Amino acid sequence: MTEKFDVVRAGSAVPDSAPPVSPRNVQHRGGEPNATARAIVERFPGAVSRTEVVWGETTIFISPESVLEVMQWLHDDPAQRYDFLSDVTAVEYRDLDQPIEVVWHLRSLPFRRFLRVKAQLPKRPALEIASVWSIWKSADWMERECYDMFGIRFIGHPDLRRILMWEQYKEGFPLRKDFPLRGRFSRSEQLRQALAQNPEAKYSMEELTIADAFEDLPDDMRRRINSGARTGE
Amino acid sequence: MGLAARPDGRTVSYEPQSSEGWVATRLDFLVNWGRANSLWPMPFGTACCAIEFMATAASRFDLARFGMERMSFSPRQADVLICAGRVPFKLAPIIRRIWQQMPQPKWCISMGACASSGGMFDNYAVVQGIDTIIPVDVYVPGCPPRPEGLIYGIRMLQEKVLNERRMDNRLRDEINPDPASQLYIPPSVIDELGEPFGNSVHQTRQAP
Repeated sequence: MTEKFDVVRAGSAVPDSAPPVSPRNVQHRGGEPNATARAIVERFPGAVSRTEVVWGETTIFISPESVLEVMQWLHDDPAQRYDFLSDVTAVEYRDLDQPIEVVWHLRSLPFRRFLRVKAQLPKRPALEIASVWSIWKSADWMERECYDMFGIRFIGHPDLRRILMWEQYKEGFPLRKDFPLRGRFSRSEQLRQALAQNPEAKYSMEELTIADAFEDLPDDMRRRINSGARTGE
Repeated sequence: MGLAARPDGRTVSYEPQSSEGWVATRLDFLVNWGRANSLWPMPFGTACCAIEFMATAASRFDLARFGMERMSFSPRQADVLICAGRVPFKLAPIIRRIWQQMPQPKWCISMGACASSGGMFDNYAVVQGIDTIIPVDVYVPGCPPRPEGLIYGIRMLQEKVLNERRMDNRLRDEINPDPASQLYIPPSVIDELGEPFGNSVHQTRQAP
């Protein structure tokens, strides 16, 4: 954020705004969309394909190419100020023709708004979309998880590698529909590969900031760091 | 009178005033009796079984009655590895290493359905029974087992300890895994242990 940080009491940015809607009188589909939805269509007419409201929550579908631009605007615009990225995930449908959806859950603390942004990625061998790490640092691990489970590459992410499965995991991306529930390998092969992982070979030199203590490290660790390798296999 | 086992093999009686300050007993019995009543557990709790394990250790069920109140969070001072909860493949090398760090004599209790067989998690991420990674002495069934169930398993382990023989060296042999694959039982056995059972036979290995 370029502007100077100023304190805003939650929900008070719009002086005469209505009180928050309570869950009991929310209809399933339809209803008043988020104020952001209208503004975003005016601002980016080509990027937004449709808007829907489900259980009072607004979802906007944007084109994958415009992600970074739209997100930057949602974060910076003084009338939006989505300052909290609460989730990055993806949805794959069983219908093979349906594209994979990447989903961002945004929250504006000053305006008490929630917005769900979706981008549809056609199923191609390389699933790529822009990373929002430069806007919200909290995207770091969530994008890593999304990459680990779905194989979506976030372009611009500083350190895109597996986070839940170990780094040498070879079976693919577990939450994809074409991934068999028990994995692709036999149980003994899975166990063999799991036991071959080195639980300590997870961190690079920069992450540990152990440059000062380099001489005190064990021999094998020094050799590994010197060779630039991160993984143990 | 002396320090002698009662017929049930679990308790001893010693009356100092009736003897002349010395006791005679079997070394086997004395050592096993000491070991069985001071098993220090290494709690390896990964899931809901660990909650039941904590309940077992707390005052209502009171593991201290069995000489186990001292949780050993360092494997180097532990006697029993109590694996409570599911073990994902990512934890496999860690539990293997913890087991190798424990000094002999050592035992292992596999607590709950997930640790013993993978339980309902017949999927890509969970080890189908920790006995494919480390040797297990006692399996406690349940999802999760009640504290009484765990205590029953601990009593079974104590019974096993009491029946050990000093002369039997095989008991204390470290099982070294195959250096190439790091498996200590043949892959075919692991595949057989990991076969689906119950409801999960309806799920296929092939993708749709």
